[in-house]
Amino acid sequence: MAKYLLLKHYRGAPTGVNDVPMDQWTPGEISAHLQYMDDFAARLQETGEYIDGQALSPEGTWVRYDGEGRPPVTDGPFAETKDLIAGWMALDVDSYDRAVELAGELSAAPGAGGRPIHEWLELRPFLAMPPTVTE
Amino acid sequence: MDEVLLRTLTPEVIAVLVRRGADFSAAEDAVQEALIEALRTWPDRPPRDPKGWLVTVSWRKFLDAVRADASRRLREQRVVAEPSPGPGTSGDDSLQLYFLCAHPSLTPSSAVALTLRAVGGLTTGQIARAYLVGEATMAQRISRAKRTVAGIPLDQPGDVATVLRVLYLVFNEGYSGELDLAAEAIRLTRQLAARIDHQEVAGLLALMLLHHARRSARTRSDGSLVPLAEQDRGLWDTRLIAEGVEVLQRALARDRLGEYQAQAAIAALHADARTAEETDWVQIVEWYDELVRLTDSPVARLNRAVAVGEADGPRAGLAALASLDPALPRHTAAAAYLHERDGDRVAAARLYAEAARQAPNLPERDHLTLQAARLNTALRR
Repeated sequence: MAKYLLLKHYRGAPTGVNDVPMDQWTPGEISAHLQYMDDFAARLQETGEYIDGQALSPEGTWVRYDGEGRPPVTDGPFAETKDLIAGWMALDVDSYDRAVELAGELSAAPGAGGRPIHEWLELRPFLAMPPTVTE
Repeated sequence: MDEVLLRTLTPEVIAVLVRRGADFSAAEDAVQEALIEALRTWPDRPPRDPKGWLVTVSWRKFLDAVRADASRRLREQRVVAEPSPGPGTSGDDSLQLYFLCAHPSLTPSSAVALTLRAVGGLTTGQIARAYLVGEATMAQRISRAKRTVAGIPLDQPGDVATVLRVLYLVFNEGYSGELDLAAEAIRLTRQLAARIDHQEVAGLLALMLLHHARRSARTRSDGSLVPLAEQDRGLWDTRLIAEGVEVLQRALARDRLGEYQAQAAIAALHADARTAEETDWVQIVEWYDELVRLTDSPVARLNRAVAVGEADGPRAGLAALASLDPALPRHTAAAAYLHERDGDRVAAARLYAEAARQAPNLPERDHLTLQAARLNTALRR
């Protein structure tokens, strides 16, 4: 068993094949896309491979410590930040191959013109606990 | 088994234990354990006197806990020596539990959790799942909340406004799983209204009933939002609406207006319209004026601007909107809507797309994206 974080980016991923902003799709294409995403998550819940998933707002804040007795410094959001996460899904699967298979399926979600968006998703393994048997 | 009855008894049983000498935290723990036992055994062996059963079992759980705790030997002797189940303090003790659980020293999330457990009789697991946090997290939040209010005596008069805010928060969280928080909030507000005669308690109850009545019309089967104007009014629950209007009218008759009554009045005017076109927007604007006067809330001002757009035309609405802070939540969405009503589809499409990026939740974001897509598709033709 291995846990993976599947990341979707607003910005910072290589450009997908069918890369059209969603507000330029037709309403029917949007509904089909949302349905595909819901069905995908529901199917993983049934197979017991789904852990959790959330969508994130595109606007966030950078925060850092500013020394004893001072409030934290906040800044941003920065338009020039290269990488912007749109959402994540945590999976618990049997193998790397299975994680890749699922990410590929999600990337095939229908987009503009009803064709797959082929967007790039990022697959990151969790650094889990060390195994009991090590030799 | 009547789980609702079981939960209704919770604050009364806690109050009995406190009257017999248990402190609030220990009483609450004991009742919680008794509730879990009731959930297990009542389906097969329902008691003839549910409250008597709960009091007996809770008291035994409490004594077990006291006995198990060696450091509390002394108090055990005192408590066991004087089991005085008599009426004791005057007034409704379980009403005091509402005040304690919504005490101003608690954070909103703690007050919500403690209210749902000690007044609502829900288990920690149910509350945790409703708020999508782990059970250990919720257990910790509840025990911290109990420590916070530990020193507050149960006979202090409380502030109704703080209780109403907590119930309103529970209602607004709506529904995210097995537990229907909106229905739970209505149940607790009904219970409160039966214990205290207060126009704003009635106002909040009316507000909840009137909004709850629209619930099945508010979302499609795929979870997408249906705006008020497009809702199938045949799906509205007329029984809840009738009850909400009646509760509201009795509250308004007392002539002591408050924010919940004003909000309920707006909901009642919507409920009263057989079609969206028949909505009495002029009166709705007047109620928003009252609401702004009562609360000075920027959100009320924003909603008022949209209502002005319906009553006096989109230009008037846009003018009202222009005087408000553009950073207000849903300001861009309101502007998009009013621009479309004004016939400027290009500006509306751009604003809907921008509003979607700022949306505070997923259903709203999807809804706003769909509006932008609808306009852009029409503009391409």
